[in-house]
Amino acid sequence: MSSQSLPVSEAVARARRRLPPEISILGVMIGMMLLFEALGWIFVGQSFIANPLRLKIMILQESEIGIIAVGVTQVIIMGGIDLSSGSLVGMTAMVAASLAQVAGYSHAVYPGLTGLNPIFPVVAGLVCGSLAGLVNGSLIALTKIPPFIATLGMMVSARGVADWYTDGQPIGNLSDEYAAIGSGWWPVIIFLSMAVLFHLALRYTRYGKFTYAIGANPLAARVSGINVERHIMLVYTIAGLMSGLCGVVHTARAISGQAGVGVGFELDAIAAAVIGGASLSGGVGRLTGTIIGAVILGILTSGFTFLNVDAHYQEIIKGGVIVAAVIADQYRQRKRRTI
Amino acid sequence: MATLSPTTAELLRKSGVIPGAEYLLEVEHVRKAFPGVLALDDVEFRLKRGHVHALMGENGAGKSTLMKIIAGIYTPDSGSFKLKGQEIKLGSPLDALRYGIAMIHQELNLMAFMTVAENIWLGREPRNALGIINHREMRRRTQTLLDRLEIEIDPEIEVRDLSVASRQMVEIAKAVSYDSDILIMDEPTSAITEKEVAHLFRIIRALKSEGKGIVYITHKMNELFEIADEVSVFRDGRFVGEHPAHSVTRDDIIKLMVGREVTQMFPKQTVPIGDVILSVNKLSLEGRFHDVSFDLRRGEILGLAGLVGSGRSNVAETIFGVTPATSGQIFVDGREVAVRNPGAAMDLGMGFLTEDRKESGCFLLLDITANMQAAILRNGYATMGVVREREIERLCQQQKASLRVRTPDLEEPVINLSGGNQQKVLIARWLLTQPRILILDEPTRGIDVGAKAEIHRLISELAGQGVAVLMISSELPEVLGMSDRVMVMHEGRLTGILDRKDATQVSVMELAAS
Repeated sequence: MSSQSLPVSEAVARARRRLPPEISILGVMIGMMLLFEALGWIFVGQSFIANPLRLKIMILQESEIGIIAVGVTQVIIMGGIDLSSGSLVGMTAMVAASLAQVAGYSHAVYPGLTGLNPIFPVVAGLVCGSLAGLVNGSLIALTKIPPFIATLGMMVSARGVADWYTDGQPIGNLSDEYAAIGSGWWPVIIFLSMAVLFHLALRYTRYGKFTYAIGANPLAARVSGINVERHIMLVYTIAGLMSGLCGVVHTARAISGQAGVGVGFELDAIAAAVIGGASLSGGVGRLTGTIIGAVILGILTSGFTFLNVDAHYQEIIKGGVIVAAVIADQYRQRKRRTI
Repeated sequence: MATLSPTTAELLRKSGVIPGAEYLLEVEHVRKAFPGVLALDDVEFRLKRGHVHALMGENGAGKSTLMKIIAGIYTPDSGSFKLKGQEIKLGSPLDALRYGIAMIHQELNLMAFMTVAENIWLGREPRNALGIINHREMRRRTQTLLDRLEIEIDPEIEVRDLSVASRQMVEIAKAVSYDSDILIMDEPTSAITEKEVAHLFRIIRALKSEGKGIVYITHKMNELFEIADEVSVFRDGRFVGEHPAHSVTRDDIIKLMVGREVTQMFPKQTVPIGDVILSVNKLSLEGRFHDVSFDLRRGEILGLAGLVGSGRSNVAETIFGVTPATSGQIFVDGREVAVRNPGAAMDLGMGFLTEDRKESGCFLLLDITANMQAAILRNGYATMGVVREREIERLCQQQKASLRVRTPDLEEPVINLSGGNQQKVLIARWLLTQPRILILDEPTRGIDVGAKAEIHRLISELAGQGVAVLMISSELPEVLGMSDRVMVMHEGRLTGILDRKDATQVSVMELAAS
């Protein structure tokens, strides 16, 4: 069929489809920045964007959410959900911090294991997160319980482990070598490299094709010979690994481990994925969208703080933005499908 | 003539003012089209007071569609409906109930976590002045109803704790509870045992004697002669004729059901049949099918016919490892094999086009390439996990061209393709795996005539290349036109294997309806 023979509306629709789906959400992001810029000049008499310190704080904060969102997005694309990521951040933060204390510190969690090479706490945090993710994946794949329930259980239990680990006591006196992981731009570099790595994996590897296939139709994936159970376990394990990475980065940045860290992170991560275009029914989503989604959440938080908006209002508006993003996306999807 | 409204009809019925017309229901010139199919083409139907009227026809002949229209579930495109001589206008299931028309559906519609009593009176619960449900009264009414029908089920038990047969009896009780004049039963005996069938027939006879009219859809000949007064036969969405049940024979009805010409849609090539490649011995899946044995040879097209629910698709799913067998053996190339999952079946050279495109076939939101490549990625076409996209793109383009998939490009999400093109994409998925044994479940269901002929030609060509094909189909002309041999199933058992020369519509239908 030659392109000339296409009706005009169809040709336009097709051209629109050729654009990356993130274009619209990128527009929202830029629009929001400009809005805060304008509001900034009107209400507080200064620029929102031209403030490097504010931007840096915003980006560093969102990098932590971003790291777990890399894992959560893949779970969502596969048709699942992960509510446990925030609690896993707390749990892995405690485990990593307990092995990262300065040499000879007398009140250390493990007095015999102080002054270790930072590789040990890092690996411990990552392994711990991965194992929890594997438990999530195995429960879902083997017992067929809904992902919502399996990861809800993990969310509660992992937070319990984090509290139990030191009876709720924070873990301080972390070594400088360990703290270096969270210093400067490292959190951002770690986030972006994970995002790029898994973006490429989703786009170009068998791993990615299977993830989308299972999300789009698990039954058809199974009949096509894909080992659906194994893949589900793999993707949840990777999500757990990302939570562990976030736990490590967070403790290094805060130079302490606290059982309460990461509360609510799971919802921010899900929100970032969904704002970025991932569909909770599975089969749809891209990490580029999730990055933009995370940035949008960051702009909202720092923008409102910048305008001295009360924290309660911030939450109310943030909730509205998340829902609006999903409504807009559904509308867009419907339009695309009726070509 | 003024149309009788549902509300008036309900009042008349409750006050016992029933006009004494001979026909409870007269339906004429009904037409109903679904996208791509003319489901009903100018059909008629009449139901007499105190009679059981059986509807017969192949799957897709239009029986259920007509009954769903009468029960207010589908809206007809056109047609006239008379209830006891008065014009009515059907709009919704609720309207139909008010007119005194109740339907027992083929698929069960009960709420699993509610009790028998709650299910029966759902939306009509006896309430006191404050609107609070009177459970004791509800229980009493249920008990009375069940006693009247001699059904021994506790009204307080939750439906999920009942067997399928008991659920069916609850459905029947529920339909009777509306005290309707017209009761439509869509294959009510498909899930119950002989004892319960006898019970059901007692209930039907009692309802008859009360002057009710019963429409009885069935595939079972013996039931027809036992219970029906009249029989109407449907074929391809058309009304073929109405006959008194005592004046027709079984053979007459089969001829009426299948009496169309087998058109030249089936370009069957004569190809040399090779060695046995797949052999199945006493294969069983508990509760689905039992002791199925057959051989499939290279270059052969083995048709598998039978009514819906006869276990045809279950056999295919079991051979392909979707639902592993509970007993029996499968041999490929003479060696016994264990097929525990689809991957194992694919390693043995099998491919399986499933019955339901949307449910277990397509990745609707993904593009054509993603759909075509799904079955070949598991081993091959990737270097260190990275998919060799260019190679796959080339293969997909070839398939697109040779199967004539009508789409501008491979990036189109398959949800935007027509049914026929979706089916071609799925066939391409399996052709890319270069199967030696190809199982096709309803390969041409719901697609237009042109695409159908193309798919038939393709199946013939594949057989010509030595692929062994097991083809399941509800369409007899397709089975007869394409197959070298025809295997027939009835209620989970293989009832016969016919050679091409012995397979006729009548001989297959006899084995399928037993």
